[in-house]
Amino acid sequence: MMDVLAHLRRRERWRWWEIAFWLALIAVIFVWPSRAALVNEALIAGLFALSLDLILGLTGVVSLGQAAFFGLGAYTAAILANAGYDDPLLGLVAAVPPAAIVGLATAPLLLRGADLTRLMVTMGVALMLGELANQNGWLTGGADGLNFTVAPLFGRFSIGSIGEGPRNAALFSLAVLFVLFFASRRLARSPFGISLAAVRENRLRAGALGVSSSRRVIAIYAVSAVYAGIAGALLAETTQIVSLDLFEFHRSADVLLMLIIGGAGYLYGGIIGAGVFIVIRDVVSAATPEYWEFWIGAMLVVLVLVGRGRIARLLSLAR
Amino acid sequence: MTAPALEARGLIRRFGGLVATDNVSFSVEPGARQALIGPNGAGKTTLINLLTGVLKPTEGTVLLQGRDVTQLSSNKRVRLGLARTFQINQLFPDLSPVESLGLAISERQHRGWDFWRPAGKHEVVAEIEELLTRFRLTEVYDQPTRSLAYGKQRLLEIALALACRPQVLLLDEPAAGVPEEERHDILAALAALPADVAILLIEHDMDLVFSFATRISVLVTGRLLCEGTPAEIAADERVKAVYLGEDGHD
Repeated sequence: MMDVLAHLRRRERWRWWEIAFWLALIAVIFVWPSRAALVNEALIAGLFALSLDLILGLTGVVSLGQAAFFGLGAYTAAILANAGYDDPLLGLVAAVPPAAIVGLATAPLLLRGADLTRLMVTMGVALMLGELANQNGWLTGGADGLNFTVAPLFGRFSIGSIGEGPRNAALFSLAVLFVLFFASRRLARSPFGISLAAVRENRLRAGALGVSSSRRVIAIYAVSAVYAGIAGALLAETTQIVSLDLFEFHRSADVLLMLIIGGAGYLYGGIIGAGVFIVIRDVVSAATPEYWEFWIGAMLVVLVLVGRGRIARLLSLAR
Repeated sequence: MTAPALEARGLIRRFGGLVATDNVSFSVEPGARQALIGPNGAGKTTLINLLTGVLKPTEGTVLLQGRDVTQLSSNKRVRLGLARTFQINQLFPDLSPVESLGLAISERQHRGWDFWRPAGKHEVVAEIEELLTRFRLTEVYDQPTRSLAYGKQRLLEIALALACRPQVLLLDEPAAGVPEEERHDILAALAALPADVAILLIEHDMDLVFSFATRISVLVTGRLLCEGTPAEIAADERVKAVYLGEDGHD
């Protein structure tokens, strides 16, 4: 018997493992308060990878330049805090307009050509922004970066590096990650989200059903840029330092790696991949500081050979 | 006198030195059952692409219900009531028939930018069920499209176009490649298409053309050779000459 409504709604309901996933993240922060800074870094990387999943996983558009928006958001929050506007929430909100504007302005560059073109174009945008930050030292501190402090969250909870700061910072990042994840989950299951899937699966047919693929790609790219910008702002505020390294190519490459490790397209992949990436880096680099990337590399090879999105399938078995 | 559902006036399309469409004028009346035939290389595909907006004509105009749509993109023409199917399946492999149809319906309802409310809104469900039933897709409604039998995919191809609620529907060889045992479903689906929708059938299969169409246009080397009822076309010496010795058109 056909149940169209249940089929359409099957992905809307929260699964038990999703609830368990988020509870586990809260638990991790409280169980290992001494590692809160690391957890915070992983959560922010997870948000950054989620931003990439919106364009790569949902829409099928590749990017090697997400660091452009990450750095942009980080520097926006840092410059504001340096100028005395140091409320953490204000910093996050302030990161939105620049990321959205640069995202909208550069998205049309993604509409032509194939994947290789897009990789080059996105990479180029990140290079250009990084160089702009480098050249405008009066604003960005140039090669020295910026050191600054941010006010306590809600005027009460320090998110600095001392005392309960790292734990508060991790909880703050988790809350931001959850809110943005929730929104992206709604988006993925909305008519807009399904139209993105249609653009990914068959652009020609999507057009023949009245979907303007170009506009949809531009819109989701801007949303993705905003997510990356907020992730950057979060990192700036919780580490209270920014440097040109935030724009660098390896950031864009790492976040792509994280998403592929966790599996693209189901929104949890970036968070899981970021966790795996950061933990491996931490564990292996403690043992062999020089060679931790060897293991990340080995893992990547295995994952691609065994099949992408393995974790996704394991999870879908658990559903 | 109402305007034709779809009209081409003096369409010309050149590719470099090649004239793929050579001064083609014709019209499809509301609710028509019209066929466009022609030997391989006659320029049928180019003409479809000009009508749907995939290509822009070098000269000439395309009118949709009297409105000049020559400069509009293909997705805008869809919104104005011109839908099409494809000769080679153009579907969404990872989406189910339900999701694909739901997408087409929500785009038609201008909800394609709704990024917050769930896609599983009640108002689309009845229409999806109706389309699934009409196109015999009820057994595979929740399967990923890539796992569907070829004949079912052909049916979904038509169902998707119909979900746009077009005034004009271009069917590009709907029965192409369908195995004999699944052909009946396609023919039944074509026969059951809504009477108020004007249909232009592009087809090689002459049995299908002559059983379906009440009016036939013959395209040869980019030009419209003649137009008429199936009986007139069957009796036309020029058409016979064009098809003489051509295999595989039956």
